[in-house]
Amino acid sequence: MTEAAEKILPRIEIDPKRCKGCSICVDFCPTNVLEMKGALATVVKLEACTRCDLCDLRCPDFAIRVFD
Amino acid sequence: MAEGAAVKKKQKVNVPFDYDKYLRKGKLPHIWCPGCGHGIVLKSLLRAIDKVGLDKSSICMASGIGCSSRTPGYVDFNTLHSLHGRAIAFATGVKLAKPEMNILVTIGDGDALAIGGNHFIHACRRNIDMTVIIYSNAIYGMTGGQVSPTTPEGAMSTTSPHGNMEPAFDACAVAEASGASFVARSTAYHMQELEKVLTAAIEHKGMSVVEVLDSCPVYYGRQNKYKSASHMMEEIEKKGTVSGAQAKNLSEEEIGDRFVRGILKQDKDGVEYCDAYDNLIAKVQVKK
Repeated sequence: MTEAAEKILPRIEIDPKRCKGCSICVDFCPTNVLEMKGALATVVKLEACTRCDLCDLRCPDFAIRVFD
Repeated sequence: MAEGAAVKKKQKVNVPFDYDKYLRKGKLPHIWCPGCGHGIVLKSLLRAIDKVGLDKSSICMASGIGCSSRTPGYVDFNTLHSLHGRAIAFATGVKLAKPEMNILVTIGDGDALAIGGNHFIHACRRNIDMTVIIYSNAIYGMTGGQVSPTTPEGAMSTTSPHGNMEPAFDACAVAEASGASFVARSTAYHMQELEKVLTAAIEHKGMSVVEVLDSCPVYYGRQNKYKSASHMMEEIEKKGTVSGAQAKNLSEEEIGDRFVRGILKQDKDGVEYCDAYDNLIAKVQVKK
């Protein structure tokens, strides 16, 4: 598990002013990194992120970005 | 060791695509409903523009009326928000006055095929150099969910409460038959394929028509019992389409109601309208 601890995590930025809570990013995330909290997508399991960028590509509101 | 690894990782930093450089940031968040596919199409379009390397001041984006036609309001290009159905007519005028401009037309399915059907057909016939992106969500979203030319047969809408009795229009078949030299179809679900298709469409000289299937979860989805925006994308855009490569190995019966994605027609030999116009001017001037 030490390797996992050393793993550099990506930074997922969600703009709360732009997010409309459509949950597309949550539903299409293959590793369930995101979850809906009320009407806002939030990161709950960052260590599972594989940087596939699907949330970024499918967000219709320009709200989510994944930095490496 | 950990520090060394960190340095190594940092060398291949993946910075996400910066959409903000093409947007009028003050106008965001946009008016599209939660889950509307139009935002995904716009993002793919911006990535395609970046890939082609177009200068912002060399682009003119025209639109008519409707949800999709709000797109020019959010992008930092020369933009033109015109009359319902007349976006292609306005764009034709811009292209003829300034042939060096790259014209993009964002238009809805009702705008392109019903109210502006005649303009659409004749722009295809003339093969004028512009890229028409039809946001086909099978409904008139802005005015309350009325039946549109691409609403599938049997689908519910505000004006078809017992199911739509009219057969749907196939925008790509109309464009192909009318003489457009580039015809393609993609969906908001397949956003990376859409980006490639749009790149090819922008690079193509002549009339390029790209039909993009996307979803209107608020009107179409709610009236046709789709649970959410993502459910709708899976059902309509993923399961309702087959890629061009897959379609080659399938019989017509196996394809059935599903739409074929990808570039459906690309004719590089057709004479472009502005070139034909220049040739005509040259010919007439020599006669004098």
